[in-house]
Amino acid sequence: MMRTNYNVEGGDFTKAGNVASCVKKTLKQLNVNAKIIKRVVIALYEAEVNIVAHAYQGHVTIDIDDQYITMLLKDKGPGIEDIDLAMTQGFSTASAKVREMGFGAGMGLPNIKKNVDELTLESEINIGITLCLKVKLTE
Amino acid sequence: MTIKEIIEVTGAQLICGESNIDNIIEFAFSSDLMSDVLTQDSDQVLLITGLSNLQTIRTAEMADINYILIVRGKAISNDMIRLAEENHISLLQSDLSMFHISGLLYAQDLKPIF
Repeated sequence: MMRTNYNVEGGDFTKAGNVASCVKKTLKQLNVNAKIIKRVVIALYEAEVNIVAHAYQGHVTIDIDDQYITMLLKDKGPGIEDIDLAMTQGFSTASAKVREMGFGAGMGLPNIKKNVDELTLESEINIGITLCLKVKLTE
Repeated sequence: MTIKEIIEVTGAQLICGESNIDNIIEFAFSSDLMSDVLTQDSDQVLLITGLSNLQTIRTAEMADINYILIVRGKAISNDMIRLAEENHISLLQSDLSMFHISGLLYAQDLKPIF
């Protein structure tokens, strides 16, 4: 198994996507099917943007084994008050700054869910969020 | 259509990614919302957008989009060009509006993705 760790700074849009970009390169080197790579990196990129947009700080752990990629994203931040509402397409609490970056339309979490095989989301108000995403790498 | 033909039809300027100039593009998608771009299943499309920042390029990278046309004359930063080059993405720029560019290309051979 291969494990890599990354830090994500809240509010720093210049680096949003760096983790997904690294993971994309790794999966390409491992000759994973391009359609599966796209699902993984879109979910991861959306999740990374969520940390940058909403949290103060985040930590991402990527585990890759023969069959699965597991992406654990833990952030320190406000958390999510109503998870069901946050999973609803079109609901957003994003700031004007986030919207200027082309996000904040309330499509992130639903799109993450669409692209992964397993999703668990735990939230503690004013502490942060733990999001775990799993995608099968083999067809 | 090739990038070369897209440039001829729209008068857009090629900012980087000259090696893709003869690649054939069949589909295009116009949007300023990157979340919308990330929900599309098609790749190898031309993205027509008025959003010009690093996340435009990042979004294209993740969505396997190799061609971006920035409309409404929005400025393109050096960081955007660097990231586009790193990912073999062709960047084009036009002063025309998104509607105008979309209309010109629709009238040619470019198809919508839905």
